[in-house]
Amino acid sequence: MQFVDEFRNPEVIRKTVDEIGRIADPKRHYRFMEVCGGHTHAIYRFGLKDLLPSNIELIHGPGCPVCVLPMGRIDDGLAVAQQADVIFAAFGDMMRVPGTHGTPLEHKARGMDVRTVYSPSDALKLARLNPNKHVMFFAIGFETTAPSTAMTLMRAKAEGLHNFSVFCNHVTIIPAIRAILDSPDMRLDAFIGPGHVSTVIGCRPYEWIAKDEGKPIVTSGFEPLDILQTVVMLLRQLDKNEAKVENQYKRVVPWEGNRGALKALAEVFELRPYFEWRGLGFISQSALRIRDAYAEWDTEWRFSIPGLRVTDPKAAQCGEVLKGVLKPAQCKLFGRECTPEHPVGALMVSSEGSCAAYYNYEHRKAMAAELVQLQ
Amino acid sequence: MCLAIPGKIIELLGDNPPLAAVEVAGVRCKVDLGLLQDDMPVLGDWVLIHVGFAMSKVSEQDALDQMRMLMMLGEQEQAMEEIQGYGLDEGEEQQDSLRGDAARSRLPS
Amino acid sequence: MAHGAGGKASRRLIEGLIVPTLCGPVKEPLADAACVEIGGTPVVITTDSFVVKPLRFPGGSIGELAVNGTVNDLAVSGAKATALVVTMVLEAGLPTKVLEEEIAAMSKVAKQANVPIVGGDTKVVEHGKADHIYITTTGIGQRINGIQLHPRLVRPGDKVLLSGPVGDHGIAILLARGEIELEADIRSDTRSVFPFIESMAEKAGPGLRWMRDPTRGGLATSLNELARDCGLGIHLSEEKIPVHDAVRGACELLGLDPLHIANEGQFVAVVAPDFAEPALRALHAIGGGEAAVIIGEVTDQHAGSVLVSTRYGGARVVDMLVGDPLPRIC
Repeated sequence: MQFVDEFRNPEVIRKTVDEIGRIADPKRHYRFMEVCGGHTHAIYRFGLKDLLPSNIELIHGPGCPVCVLPMGRIDDGLAVAQQADVIFAAFGDMMRVPGTHGTPLEHKARGMDVRTVYSPSDALKLARLNPNKHVMFFAIGFETTAPSTAMTLMRAKAEGLHNFSVFCNHVTIIPAIRAILDSPDMRLDAFIGPGHVSTVIGCRPYEWIAKDEGKPIVTSGFEPLDILQTVVMLLRQLDKNEAKVENQYKRVVPWEGNRGALKALAEVFELRPYFEWRGLGFISQSALRIRDAYAEWDTEWRFSIPGLRVTDPKAAQCGEVLKGVLKPAQCKLFGRECTPEHPVGALMVSSEGSCAAYYNYEHRKAMAAELVQLQ
Repeated sequence: MCLAIPGKIIELLGDNPPLAAVEVAGVRCKVDLGLLQDDMPVLGDWVLIHVGFAMSKVSEQDALDQMRMLMMLGEQEQAMEEIQGYGLDEGEEQQDSLRGDAARSRLPS
Repeated sequence: MAHGAGGKASRRLIEGLIVPTLCGPVKEPLADAACVEIGGTPVVITTDSFVVKPLRFPGGSIGELAVNGTVNDLAVSGAKATALVVTMVLEAGLPTKVLEEEIAAMSKVAKQANVPIVGGDTKVVEHGKADHIYITTTGIGQRINGIQLHPRLVRPGDKVLLSGPVGDHGIAILLARGEIELEADIRSDTRSVFPFIESMAEKAGPGLRWMRDPTRGGLATSLNELARDCGLGIHLSEEKIPVHDAVRGACELLGLDPLHIANEGQFVAVVAPDFAEPALRALHAIGGGEAAVIIGEVTDQHAGSVLVSTRYGGARVVDMLVGDPLPRIC
């Protein structure tokens, strides 16, 4: 078992698709939100939309850390990196996200020391290799990524490495789901739960979604068969009028989560009273900041941060798209001013941002329609 | 939102920090086991890797269970159909059911 | 400037500024080489600059790339390289040994490709004003008889033929940089593709319509350019596209698409349906051509774009690369 190809087996996929066709009520329109951008990406990459009946609508959720990051935070991070002898280290995902004066890559072209890292520990390694410089790691991500940052900070402290800090933009998924459910114009039937976040937080934190909101949620893996099986499980719950938390991704997600990772999170981080999400506005207790015990490794404590707030271009409707109220193509800028090459809104930047994904798909749907006509 | 991929531990590389060499489809990478300290994986275990850290152990048993469950999908319905005398057309029926939205948008190859 | 890695940005730079200023309005799709007539004889000419970090990597080095790259640009333009000239920009302080190695590498592959290097130039710039070595190779060549290549010749129903596995070079370089802690037995595929093209031209010459070596930006970018230039659609079958396991593994880990990764020893050709099998047989008959395969076809649907269908009936559009391939975590 390699845990990848098995879950892309065409035979089994066909069976699962058949099953979906059998249990989906043709008279009903289903709206499922995939919370996680990784699912959005997988759905497009594997062409899963083509396999589902047209009355199952998948709505892209807020689980794209790059997409929900307000532009002001990018500007703040880049402002710190403008100072002499600071290295700006971030994941590749951040490199094409525009700040007010351009993306980190564009700043690099203008002379800023910008490095792409694959892991927070690579950033720590940069600090060891460059003792005369300060390495700022621009941390993004949900609960999946935050423990790795926490562990890296614990190592920096243990090593006494003082030329390293983290600009913390870690966010938490539950308040975002709550914000979406609280939104009056939202109508959803069920959730495809974020699989990799759940390796850390487990499945319990979703119980209120089933109990209080009456919405089924199934924690899902990312391979085609995982997502399709999740759809089967959601349809079965809806068919029986049930609302439960279920775990499709048992091979990876323990119901209780990862105790070690949660401990690391608690050691290093605490909840911010509030944090601004692009498109969703300020959400209370929705993000992490670094505890005082680690203040020395906190960029926000070590450097003065401009604390910029940049409002999104009025015409861009990222918020509505992020909440699933609008389809990407319904935004006024979609595909015109805002394209993957020249993103105006952040949803167009990340490959898992729903606009970037949709940009390709819309493109294609037109072709498929053309094709049906020809046939 | 988080790209993570399973790999097999092929070598343990010391305790402080706890590192392991993991293989993913012929690629060897160094993975930090620091977040699994409560339930340390051993040589030969599969772990899920995200940003250079092992996030959880991958259970072969659960994976096999899942595949078994998926393989059984629809079998109950097929048995029912057979009982009702539709058994002979089963092959064709299945093809037809595939020819939904899925098949329509499939391109000629 | 963010125009380095092939793809859309470099294309805009070339078509928006360089070509209009130097050559006048862009009337023809841009190709890998140009053809001029000298005393009634057609001569194919091309030039390419090579910058790569690190200079040496598993499977090759900058010197090998510099020769093979130019020989290949001529080959996919339907020409056999006749002679090369090589210009080197050297950074002061470059160890002599490094230079010797690269010159030896150029000499070795030029001999293998049976192309003389007939001249060149060397400039040394101050330390810090260049990154070790930059090499520019200019080549002239002679048309292979009986073949005509142009995007306009491409017709719906034509087959898309790929010479072998994609992504080796780009991933080999990425790993050789040592910034990401991955190890894999992945070697650059740098080689001359001329012998394959020559043999294909012999067996299927009249059926060849278009060729390209998918370097920066990968297979996806080359085929998107074709789709745009011929105004037709390209439809590929994902399972047919050969990718080495280790390259696929590295791409899964880093969130990259193998179709966007650079190659230095492969080519993609569009061949008329009747000639596809003979072309394929010609490639299979040569050592190193065994993995050649038909990966899809040209269609009159979804004009201007490249569609890849998955094994289970889904499909996705594969766009040109926007900028460099960057590892992602999301």
